[in-house]
Amino acid sequence: MVSYIARRIGVSILVFIAASFIMYVLAANSGDPLQDLEGSNSPNKQALIEARIHTQHLDLPAPVRWLLWLGGVARCVVPVGGGCDLGTTFQNQAVTQLLPQATLATIQLVTLAFVLAVVLGVALGIITALRAFSGFDYSITLVSFFLFSLPSFLIAVLLKSFIALGYNNFLADPTLSPLALAVWGIVVGLVVQLVAGGNFRKRVITFLIAGAVTALILWYMSVTQWFIKPSLGPVVVIIFCAAIAYGVVALLAGTRNRKAWITGGITAAIAIACYFGLQWLLNMSSFGTLIILAVVAIGVGLLVGFFVGGYDRGLMMRIGALTAFLTSGVVVLDRLMRSWPAYMDLTNDRPLATVGAGTPGLNGDVWITGLDTFTHFLLPTMSLLLISFAGYTRYSRSGMLEVLNQDYVRTARAKGLPERTVIVRHAFRNMLIPITTLVATDMGALLGGAVITEYIFSISGMGQLFIAGLFRTDVNPIMGYFIVVAITAITFNFLADLTYSALDPRVRVR
Amino acid sequence: MSTIQGNLPEPGVSDGFELAETEKTEKGQSQGRIIFRRFLKNKVAVAALIVYVAVLVFSISAIGLGPIHGWWHYTYTQLNPQVNQGAPTLQLWPFSLGEHPFGQDRIGKDYFALTMRGIQNSVLVMVVLGVVATVIGVIVGAIAGYFRGWVDAVLMRITDIFIVIPALVIGAIVGRTAGGLGALGLAVLLAFVSWMVIARLVRSEFLALREREFVEAARVAGASDARIIFRHILPNAIGVVIVASTLLIAAAILLETAISYLGFGIKPPDSSLGLLISQNQSAFTTRPWLFWWPAFFIVLLALCVNFVGDGLREAFDPRQQRFSLKRTREPEPTEEEAAQAQAAVAAAEPPVSGGASTGSGDGSPGSGTGAR
Repeated sequence: MVSYIARRIGVSILVFIAASFIMYVLAANSGDPLQDLEGSNSPNKQALIEARIHTQHLDLPAPVRWLLWLGGVARCVVPVGGGCDLGTTFQNQAVTQLLPQATLATIQLVTLAFVLAVVLGVALGIITALRAFSGFDYSITLVSFFLFSLPSFLIAVLLKSFIALGYNNFLADPTLSPLALAVWGIVVGLVVQLVAGGNFRKRVITFLIAGAVTALILWYMSVTQWFIKPSLGPVVVIIFCAAIAYGVVALLAGTRNRKAWITGGITAAIAIACYFGLQWLLNMSSFGTLIILAVVAIGVGLLVGFFVGGYDRGLMMRIGALTAFLTSGVVVLDRLMRSWPAYMDLTNDRPLATVGAGTPGLNGDVWITGLDTFTHFLLPTMSLLLISFAGYTRYSRSGMLEVLNQDYVRTARAKGLPERTVIVRHAFRNMLIPITTLVATDMGALLGGAVITEYIFSISGMGQLFIAGLFRTDVNPIMGYFIVVAITAITFNFLADLTYSALDPRVRVR
Repeated sequence: MSTIQGNLPEPGVSDGFELAETEKTEKGQSQGRIIFRRFLKNKVAVAALIVYVAVLVFSISAIGLGPIHGWWHYTYTQLNPQVNQGAPTLQLWPFSLGEHPFGQDRIGKDYFALTMRGIQNSVLVMVVLGVVATVIGVIVGAIAGYFRGWVDAVLMRITDIFIVIPALVIGAIVGRTAGGLGALGLAVLLAFVSWMVIARLVRSEFLALREREFVEAARVAGASDARIIFRHILPNAIGVVIVASTLLIAAAILLETAISYLGFGIKPPDSSLGLLISQNQSAFTTRPWLFWWPAFFIVLLALCVNFVGDGLREAFDPRQQRFSLKRTREPEPTEEEAAQAQAAVAAAEPPVSGGASTGSGDGSPGSGTGAR
């Protein structure tokens, strides 16, 4: 194992060096690095050109410059002679200074989209596999093929034009007409009946109920000006917390497990009590205290599970922790919503942003800045989410179908296990093995994958660094981008192989 | 609780497949023929293929190819006086094309001709990239998988080098360097950075197939390495190759349009669907048609290829089709159930043994009420 890892690391370094050579030579020859200066009218044009040739060593051929650059990279690993040096951009900024900022911005952008894409995609994939070849399955297949076929820039432009402008315009007069209510009701009703399935009569009833409830809720929201002054309110918070407790218990333990009910119930009750008792603490919170509160909440959940205990203590603790985490999320969401009117004032009633990573010069507490991040990252996150989650749906659907055909699933059914146990314990876990590898590989490609989205939404991350460098034939930032992307790709491919062999003992690494 | 509902007529295509398969193999049909028939059974895939070819033929016949003129009276480079402020003159009812059916861009070029030219270029990039990348990938993967040892190690490390570099990045650099070469040059160069998936797939297929008896038999009979690779192993791995290259083609149009969108790919006065969107996205509110026509055709072409690829995958590997939850469990075959099962094979979860309980399945993903 140790020799495998050592060999693998050695090979990876060689691969990195060779790839960087190709990349460097290609980037250096992709255009004229002096183009902007030669076209300029400044009086000291000649001196500027001389200076750039001197600082960037443009008089040397590209392979020699690559050697110089590689020497600088090597000093990052071996601290001899002046530390890390990845060169400078044409504006004389050190790439080592630009890279951390850009990487952080990109991580901020892609993390949520990635997590949501995996969770939603896998969940939807499982549901479609469980009802393979139903109307629901076909609709989801159609939608995911459609999303597959959309270029990311197209989604981004559409989101900007419709969601951002449309919602901002809607907020100017946030009342829904009867027609809009009817349309939303019909759409939601159709979707719900598709998910619920059943025979024709049942579908019609589901459709009618779901449609009517949707229309009613929207009508209520419209009448009470909810879109301008959103909040959940005590009743909805209680309903949400109860629903979360029910969902977690039913999913993890089954509805006939009394101890699980007690755990979920106590945790949800504590969350509701916190909602009424802890608002003062939330009002004066900072980002740090929120994280501490989340950790405390999970700890409380674990404790509840521990004390309810029983023969299955570990399971109870998991139920408690998950319920506590989700219900405290509801409480925080409610508090966040109540800052919305103040935030709208700050943005001249047009809250949804289409460019940038934050409103410049915004001052406010953690809730205002939280909302600001939300409105700026909503659209880029949506566009990343839409293009990537379709893939996970397809993969997990076919993975689940394959697993459900296995003999051990039949055995599990044959010995009379409840269907929930068969699906969650036997099928789901085995299906996750190939998905894990896929997720690890995708995570490696993630940092480099948001180039277009960053470009369209003007988020100054890695993609922007790369594109700006490419427009000017400025090689050092391009290579800086390459270093981060290549190292994450190599590392995560390696991790993917290791996790695969750890999860599936049949696979051995040599 | 009684027996399995295997004899229920199922709306899925699966049973048809199996029947057709066994019947046909009895008559002694070749593997290729069986797969072809299975593909033809997939209505969506066939329709997608027809639409794809139709769009291609339409775009070639409309503005012609190279020096040959098509039936449309404008070219994509010609400047025309603005008619109706460049708005589309296409009328569906009563049908009439008008002067500029897709409208005109800001300097008066006929947008129909531009879009058709964009389709031609995008399809050209898809096809050329798909063919070249498949050929490279098959050769690299076949040699690596067949000879193993140090050849395999070297070739796979080279593959790793190319995998480390993101395709969009190298595509953008290559496109910027070779933008002047036009669509064909761009396609060939992009192919050199997109063959890796196929090479890996072909290699793993070869690693498995080279151990089989028929390869041993061929070797004993004195066949050369090249003959074994191309006549004996490759035909057995062709399914994987075809499916992967179809998916590659679907990714190719997105890659080409993305690169052209960034301004590194195909350059004006030539036209590409991505380039048209990039040039006209600022006019989205004033002249939306400049955005919608290329967007429509990008999505249409990519969607068609994806559906064809999915159809091919199912034709080559119908394993997943055969799954039916109905057959693996014991449902309650009441009259209503039977009717239900016919209406939709949906039924996600069976009632647990004991039937009437609320079921421990509640709340689990896909817990359905359909079976009750």
